[in-house]
Amino acid sequence: MAEPLLELRGVNKSFGVAHVLHDVDFAVYPGQVTALVGDNGAGKSTLVKIIAGIYGRDTGDYYFGGKQVEVHGPRDVAALGVEVVYQDLALCDNLDIVQNMFLGREEMKGVGLDEVSMESRARETLSSLSVRTVKSVRQSVASLSGGQRQTVAIAKAVLWNSKVVLLDEPTAALGVAQTRQVLDLVRRLADRGLGVVLISHNMGDVFEVADRITALYLGRVAADVPSKDVTHGQVVELITAGRSGHLGIAENPATATV
Amino acid sequence: MTDGTDVQHDVTPSSTPSSGATAGFDSDNRHAATIGDSARDYLNRLRGGDMGSLPAILGLVFLFIVFASLNDRFLTTYNMANLVVQAGSIIVLAMGLVFVLLLGEIDLSAGVAGGASATIIALMLIDYDWTWWAATLAGIALGALIGLVIGSLVAFLGIPSFVVTLAFFLALQAVPLRLIGSGGSLRFNDPVLRGLSIKNVPVTASWVAAVVIVLAFAALSLWRYRSLSARGLVHKPLGLVLLQIAVLALIVLGLTALLSANRSPNPTFDISGVPWVAPVVVALLLFWTFVLTRTRFGRHLYAVGGNAEAARRAGINVRRIKIMAFVICSGMAAISGLLAASYTGKVSPGSGGGNELLYAVGAAVIGGTSLFGGRGRAIDAVVGGLVIATIPNGLGLLDQASYINFIVTGGVLLLAASVDAISRRRRSAAGV
Repeated sequence: MAEPLLELRGVNKSFGVAHVLHDVDFAVYPGQVTALVGDNGAGKSTLVKIIAGIYGRDTGDYYFGGKQVEVHGPRDVAALGVEVVYQDLALCDNLDIVQNMFLGREEMKGVGLDEVSMESRARETLSSLSVRTVKSVRQSVASLSGGQRQTVAIAKAVLWNSKVVLLDEPTAALGVAQTRQVLDLVRRLADRGLGVVLISHNMGDVFEVADRITALYLGRVAADVPSKDVTHGQVVELITAGRSGHLGIAENPATATV
Repeated sequence: MTDGTDVQHDVTPSSTPSSGATAGFDSDNRHAATIGDSARDYLNRLRGGDMGSLPAILGLVFLFIVFASLNDRFLTTYNMANLVVQAGSIIVLAMGLVFVLLLGEIDLSAGVAGGASATIIALMLIDYDWTWWAATLAGIALGALIGLVIGSLVAFLGIPSFVVTLAFFLALQAVPLRLIGSGGSLRFNDPVLRGLSIKNVPVTASWVAAVVIVLAFAALSLWRYRSLSARGLVHKPLGLVLLQIAVLALIVLGLTALLSANRSPNPTFDISGVPWVAPVVVALLLFWTFVLTRTRFGRHLYAVGGNAEAARRAGINVRRIKIMAFVICSGMAAISGLLAASYTGKVSPGSGGGNELLYAVGAAVIGGTSLFGGRGRAIDAVVGGLVIATIPNGLGLLDQASYINFIVTGGVLLLAASVDAISRRRRSAAGV
């Protein structure tokens, strides 16, 4: 197997007395979709925010491209080429698609914005992702459907030559056809060589696109396995009980001494 | 890209703008191809609740018809010039407020900040013999400082701007009262600053300026049309561009012609030319429109107003944007206070403490700026300011008791806020 693109080793994180992550190892491989699954409160969101640089780590190392890197904030992470597409989308309704895709990283020509260049690049990115569902790149985001908004948010991440894209519940609020579009897009990203992390509650989605599955249980990694080696039922057991047959945490962490 | 990873990046958009622009993007059919399409688009937007300045323009037309039919002096060029001068300070204050309203905030202290700044300007002129521009800069600096403090309190402590600026509204009234003294007033007769309201641009110069503005707008619009259509990007149809140029030319040249005629009611002397207030307002309008629509700061301002959390995640310094908005608002309030003092010829302790602020908020909202943030333009302040200024002007000619004026203006403000709230609901339903 190829070298991981992004890797966290031995990450611990506490909020006050709550020890949220215990010695978590997590790896993202190029060209693969890694699904991060776990019950509510298992630590998925915390782990994503640590990867995104929003939270610091108490202990643990952050590797990117095989080298250890220092990460002190979202800007450092963005500079590495890691983009997070959040569940609540983080798009501005009153701006159009182009404006949203370049938000915070506008291209300038002299003192003014370079709208021509930005619109051209936005179009190229959307068409390179075979996004054909938006009517105009100049329509406001408020007029888009949930799936289109998710598409724009993902395209925004791709626009910046990202190497790793984290998708937080991208299909949670979508209908069947829109989920289809987004999952196709997720697969296309991985086929282009990006490392994709899919955080999802939906086992159907996970088994459809994921190459690897990392299951969290009460802040610990219960399993990190290729998705073809496990069944639907095993993953559910890993999520709910932390173990399934030979897989999983040896000792129930709920009763273990911390 | 050169840090040694072996990832393929065919996602990278190639830098050939000609090829990729339309490739594989067939359903991008919103190039409104003709004026008819544009008109349909516009109607759809209206139906979806995106009214822009339309209610204000209709309101202005309505007020003009009513007042012109009730009083034959209303439409005289003398009164129209008066209206321009009266609207000046409201428009400038409203233009400053647009920045704060864009963030969904409010600045209740802008009126009295203008009064305090005007007091400082007058004192500098009278007591320290400063020249007009130095005194003006001192006044604007005071305004900006007030905005800096308000903005910092809002951005860092998270106090609602309503409360912070209400406190400043009360406290800042002390500045002119302390400096001028109860019952007194400072004369405001600097030839340049007072001249903003009582003197006019020479007729030749105003014609030159008007023609330059029209030609520059036409050249910019056509150049923009060419560069966008050549690259296959979204652009307005040529017919619409030409129509916009024609409308602008009609307004600018028409107003110049109107104000260049002799409007003196007394045949023994001549009053003609555009009042100096107008070029000041136009310059501010052009400058702030550029800032809002063509600069990074403007884009970020809209983003913070639309979704502050999204803006923060995009790496925008939300606090800096907020503070800047309040600095601009209070700085513009200082200019507005200067124009108000220039109009009345004096600064008194009550300057800026009256209806100025609510008029300006009303002007911005009537013009189409949303109280909920994220929507608004500098031109809104101009259109709305003219509506607000027309009401007391017309009612004054009708010799109505001044209480009527309060009722009508309050009613118009409420109406504008209702239109804003209703169109916001329709927008969220229609998703425009």
